[in-house]
Amino acid sequence: MNLNDWIKNNTIHHSQFWDIKKLVEEKEKQDLKISLCLPTLNEEKTIGKEIVMFKSELMDRYPLLDEIAVIDSGSSDSTCEIAKTFGADVYLSADILPQYGEKKGKGENLWKAVYELTGDIIVYVDADIKNIHPRFAYGLVAPLIYRPEVHYVKAFYDRPLAFSQGIRPSGGGRVTEILTRPLFSLFFPDLTGLIQPLSGEYAVRREVLDKIPFPIGYGVETSHLIDVYEKWGMEAIAQVDLDQRVHRNQETRDLGKMAFGILRTFLYRAEALGVIGKLPELSTMLRQFQASDETFEQVAYEIVEEERQPMIELPEYREKFGIE
Amino acid sequence: MKTKFSNIDEIMDLLPALPGQLTGIQETLIANLIMLSEIPAPTFQEAARVKLLLQRMDECGLHNVSTDEAGNGVGIIQGKNPKRNILLVAHADSVYSEKADHTLSVRADEIIGPGVADNSLGMAALATLPSILDMLDIELDANLILLGSTKGLGRGNLDGLRFFMENNRIPFEAGICVEGEKLGRLSYTAEGMFRGLITCKLPEELEWQRAGQNSAIIALNDVINRILEIPIPRRPRTSIVLGAIRGGKSFNVMATQSSLRFEVRSQNSEIVQSIRERIDSIIADVASPHNADIEFSVVSSREPGGIDVGHPLVKSCRQVMEKLGVQPTIRPSMSEVSELIARGLPAVALGLTEASNLHDLNETIRIKPIYTGLAQLLAVLLAIDGGFCNEPE
Repeated sequence: MNLNDWIKNNTIHHSQFWDIKKLVEEKEKQDLKISLCLPTLNEEKTIGKEIVMFKSELMDRYPLLDEIAVIDSGSSDSTCEIAKTFGADVYLSADILPQYGEKKGKGENLWKAVYELTGDIIVYVDADIKNIHPRFAYGLVAPLIYRPEVHYVKAFYDRPLAFSQGIRPSGGGRVTEILTRPLFSLFFPDLTGLIQPLSGEYAVRREVLDKIPFPIGYGVETSHLIDVYEKWGMEAIAQVDLDQRVHRNQETRDLGKMAFGILRTFLYRAEALGVIGKLPELSTMLRQFQASDETFEQVAYEIVEEERQPMIELPEYREKFGIE
Repeated sequence: MKTKFSNIDEIMDLLPALPGQLTGIQETLIANLIMLSEIPAPTFQEAARVKLLLQRMDECGLHNVSTDEAGNGVGIIQGKNPKRNILLVAHADSVYSEKADHTLSVRADEIIGPGVADNSLGMAALATLPSILDMLDIELDANLILLGSTKGLGRGNLDGLRFFMENNRIPFEAGICVEGEKLGRLSYTAEGMFRGLITCKLPEELEWQRAGQNSAIIALNDVINRILEIPIPRRPRTSIVLGAIRGGKSFNVMATQSSLRFEVRSQNSEIVQSIRERIDSIIADVASPHNADIEFSVVSSREPGGIDVGHPLVKSCRQVMEKLGVQPTIRPSMSEVSELIARGLPAVALGLTEASNLHDLNETIRIKPIYTGLAQLLAVLLAIDGGFCNEPE
């Protein structure tokens, strides 16, 4: 596969899918069911708006989505109450498959959604988007409806406000550019074709989602991309430009924790695939600094990147979805 | 829902259940509100917001969906009787610059963001009305003309609506202007008004000997003091509002420019005119001793007028509000309704919900009262459609 060809063929702008009516017709022709999953933890400021927008535009006006579900990690604010007010199905992550225990992390919610939601396609959208618009869902779902060879569609965001010359820098956020892209360049060069590999919005076919493991924390997106690439190849991946995404900015220290989690996940994946040799036992402690007057002290954070097994291995899942 | 009524009391009987029924439109209304409100639409730059309104009208199958030379967006819900027409207007423009963050925040009971009350909610009601009529299975007798009007605020001087009223050939029976705030608002009269801008400029060359004694701020201060000396009668009710003042650059730099924006209102147009003449002469008086270049321009103006408190349209509105437990707040208007009234069209302005922080970036509306506001709008519409708001021949 030529990476430039892949970028040309599998990088799409959402405006190509403006005709939602046609999209719904095609979805109905294929008898597909589509679920929207919003993983949440204390998102009361933005969740109501997301639900209202998706429900009105992509359920009531154009019946593209068959269910809208919030999978919550135990918010202490009124996220769940607001989500119910605006008509979403709200699930506590801990209540889904309780026999497998409760782990904290966004990846846990995404994994449990595979069991709880019923769609043939699940589209995941982060709940902290301020400028939510129906394109965040239909833009990601459309390539799966129109192109059977595509299994995994990732969002990226590129809308320059003002740029005078023809060429401008583009790419992902800080963690992508200083961690993920260098790692991919070294070990999985094809995956560098993804402009924003860590974006939290993606749509995936069920038959892919139930066959890949889910790291419960920061590493879930990185792990997914590597697994989908290894099992189905780059042809199964597409990326859609959704223009601008406005969300809260993270502190550099928080990005440090994120990078730590991603790096651990990446290294274990690379080891398991034989891309790198055997690793020593990796620490789960990230150490950062804080200062008080002239005194510096280290603060240690434990970041455990546990992993959930592929859903298809669970008897409960096989029974629910009638898989032999 | 029944849409043929033999008297207004039959409409009143429907009212108690109506707000509850209207909650069924919540998602559509709020989604329309978000999408319309997040498109910046400062006066003279409403095109993108109007385009979305037209797209919504198109999707709902309205007729004659179009825009005119003034940029107004219009669509028609056809009634059974092609000769009867009711106009429903919401102004599309807002007071916020396109640079302001127009993102809305949706809470369980309120929605926050610039312009959400004035007048994104009015626009959203317009965009959602076809779905509301559809949901309640209402088919009107009269054609309903939905108009998102442009150039309404400030220097816009209602130019969009004025253009529409001057150039369309539709004979309207009555008009309703929809404003986001506030529920209970009932405007059916307009005061005479003009909005003025006074700018004061001093030569750029600094005269150090006179530093501290002269500046564009001191000159404007003289103008203000003189304006405040103008006697204002209590009856007919008259007022001068000094709204905004700007000038100068820093602590120790002589100000070479300053400006004042103000509004004069009166129930009597002659008083408005005489105040305008007084200000003209004040400007001439003050300019000379300060060696300043002072200019006075009228940015917008309205003629006083209105329909009578006993007009069946006003009575119907009050009756509807009373039935819904809404306390009417009667106030003269400077907005779209004044233009309709000036053209002899029986018209009222109605508000839809409770709002706070008006014209701040955190402008806020309460969600629950919106359904009462929409019920009120619908009932008044049905009353006009039923012919219960016409003056006896």
